[in-house]
Amino acid sequence: MATEILMPALSPTMEEGTLAKWLVKEGDEVSSGDIIAEIETDKATMEFEAVDEGTIGKILIEEGAEGVKVNTPIAVLLEEGESADDIDSATSNAPAPQADTASESDAADSAPKAAPATAKAPDAPKPDQSPDWPEGTETKKQTVREAINAAIAEEMRGDQTVFIMGEEVAEYEGAYKITQGLLDEFGAKRVIDTPITEHGFAGIGVGASWGGLRPIVEFMTWNFAMQAIDQIINSAAKTLYMSGGQMGSPIVFRGPNGAAARVGAQHSQDYAAWYAQVPGLKVVQPYSAADAKGLLKSAIRDPNPVVFLENEILYGKSFEVPVLDDFTIPFGKARIARDGSDVTIVSFGIGMTYALEAAEKLAEDGIDAEVIDLRTLRPMDHDTVIASVMKTNRCVTVEEGWPVASIGNHISAVLMERAFDYLDAPVINCTGKDVPMPYAANLEKLALTSTDEVIEAVRKVTYR
Amino acid sequence: MTTRKSAKKPNVSADELKAYYRDMLLIRRFEEKAGQLYGMGLIGGFCHLYIGQEAVVVGLEAAAEEGDKRITTYRDHGHMLACGMDPKGVMAELTGREGGYSRGKGGSMHMFSTEKDFYGGHGIVGANVPLGAGLAFADKYLENNRVTFTYFGDGAANQGQVYETFNMAALWDLPVVFVIENNQYAMGTSQQRSTSSPDIYHRGEAFGIPGDMVDGMDVLAVKEAGDKAVAHCRAGKGPYILEIKTYRYRGHSMSDPAKYRTREEVQKMREEKDAIEHVRDLLLSGKHATEDDLKAIDKEIKGIVSDAADFSKDSAEPAEAELWTDIYTDIAPQNA
Repeated sequence: MATEILMPALSPTMEEGTLAKWLVKEGDEVSSGDIIAEIETDKATMEFEAVDEGTIGKILIEEGAEGVKVNTPIAVLLEEGESADDIDSATSNAPAPQADTASESDAADSAPKAAPATAKAPDAPKPDQSPDWPEGTETKKQTVREAINAAIAEEMRGDQTVFIMGEEVAEYEGAYKITQGLLDEFGAKRVIDTPITEHGFAGIGVGASWGGLRPIVEFMTWNFAMQAIDQIINSAAKTLYMSGGQMGSPIVFRGPNGAAARVGAQHSQDYAAWYAQVPGLKVVQPYSAADAKGLLKSAIRDPNPVVFLENEILYGKSFEVPVLDDFTIPFGKARIARDGSDVTIVSFGIGMTYALEAAEKLAEDGIDAEVIDLRTLRPMDHDTVIASVMKTNRCVTVEEGWPVASIGNHISAVLMERAFDYLDAPVINCTGKDVPMPYAANLEKLALTSTDEVIEAVRKVTYR
Repeated sequence: MTTRKSAKKPNVSADELKAYYRDMLLIRRFEEKAGQLYGMGLIGGFCHLYIGQEAVVVGLEAAAEEGDKRITTYRDHGHMLACGMDPKGVMAELTGREGGYSRGKGGSMHMFSTEKDFYGGHGIVGANVPLGAGLAFADKYLENNRVTFTYFGDGAANQGQVYETFNMAALWDLPVVFVIENNQYAMGTSQQRSTSSPDIYHRGEAFGIPGDMVDGMDVLAVKEAGDKAVAHCRAGKGPYILEIKTYRYRGHSMSDPAKYRTREEVQKMREEKDAIEHVRDLLLSGKHATEDDLKAIDKEIKGIVSDAADFSKDSAEPAEAELWTDIYTDIAPQNA
């Protein structure tokens, strides 16, 4: 059957073009791959090849024609044994499908699933505030370092496919001594020293997670993971979606995050807001030793990629940890670290240090602050924050990261949307300053947020 | 080292030759159809065709065993067809329909099949190289004697993470064949303009990884080189590099006018070096097949491609609810 040759779309954005030149004439035989015409698109002049073999029966659009719409028939191709007389029968058969070209506005429209505005103030959510361990459970003092080490060791004992890789994790026993004793217990097959090559070993870790293993990839610090961020986001976070659900990446990326002390701009960055923005990742930033342990065990078992942001200053800090055979904490559940009624202070990670100190000092002045530790930043427990703000009507957020597009900004937006009528004051975000981290001791102190800043913010929102 | 060429009288059966012919022709006809559907607006975005390079994947698939893995970059349609993925599912992914391998959510550059051990389909040049080594790492860890074919181009060979990976793959003796499909142009930049030393297969030497240069327009030479590389990996000797010299007839992507090379250069490759014509000649001159036999194969392929195209048009667009699925999973993956 004679087939129409249609004006092709030769770029993602082309809607019409100029038929610059025919390189064949009526009666010429062509086979697939032969260049038959030159077509000017919105970007360039392109050579247009025949797909099928046959004879050019008729040229429908003369060369030089401008503004030829995509999918307009431009010539008719005859198969072996057909003559030009067959042309009429072909012309109405060819489909001229109209492509649905997704425009940028379509993509933007579909992104947020915003609820329509309603006149009535929403009811308070009822978040799960069950305790992390049963009442009466024995606890013991443990540092965050010991808790993380124990979580890794327990999970490696329970699952032969769990292994840990990173710089200095094996023979050196960890640059921050997190992996102490692991090489001895599990051997070099499962506790693997890597060369200094973050991009490469992050990618190898993701590939191994697709091959049936559960890697724990330690970054000596998260600052170095910027070398590897393409593998974390493009490979680990997006593959489940891109594969239509076929392939997840059960991998944990972990290491110390944020400022330590006097290590300068390149070693002092908080990545909470960066990673919390990425669908497909789960993001954890624990404060206490119990949270570090329970959440890391959950992370290692999770079939999705988890970014686990620790803190060097917290490594040596001790907390009560329950003595249980198998203690885990689910993701997406914030912890009310201190009950209060006058203001809600929301924080996570080392920010909790300032939040809790501020709350104690404020109590001396009769201001009763509720302090919420988010613990996981993705999924984030909005409900616990909203329920608390509906009670206190005021909110201050605390983090060490930069102020623009911060976790605090996000919480402010959620409160605007879901608890607007309950707010008696604007939400204040206490954050790190909008500067690279300076080295000088006095300047570094100024660059971070502080207990005093939190107290000042609380006084502002409580008008006291 | 000289370019490996298959012997004049290849030690290969008629059935094998016919299978190579068929598999290469399937890729070519499929890609021509994809180009046509792109022209009709049914395929959107980026679409990178494999026409001209067919012998690379067909030759290497002939060297693979059941359970071996493969991973590649964004010029991936040929790899998927060669490892036995369904042309309908591939074409329907190109048109962004629910019948596609990723249910329309991946597109031309992002398809996967755990069933066929095809691990994508990756859009960031060079990023699939450590991923492939990671698959090999898992195989070594699980002691299952599998080999991973990690494909990338001459352009990707200039990415730093490739050398990070070479180092670790050699250090840990990972069973991975690094397949450099050297089609001589990294998008529009010829190899002479992008590469200080033209012989990429030498680049493993610094890490102790052996490498061969292979004529990628000769499927038998590719198969022979693949056998050697796979045997090396399976023997526990670590990675192997194959630089396979090939040529893409079409532009980098559908919207590439290919002004960086002459029409004569392309025409010369097509007329003198075409991989499918080469096997066709072997089949006919060796009296392994008649013109009628080959016509029958052509007809079969035409039918498969036409069915795939029909399926890709008839399959519905994904349901709107699909926007929100497959971001997280609750299901623990099975150990491979």
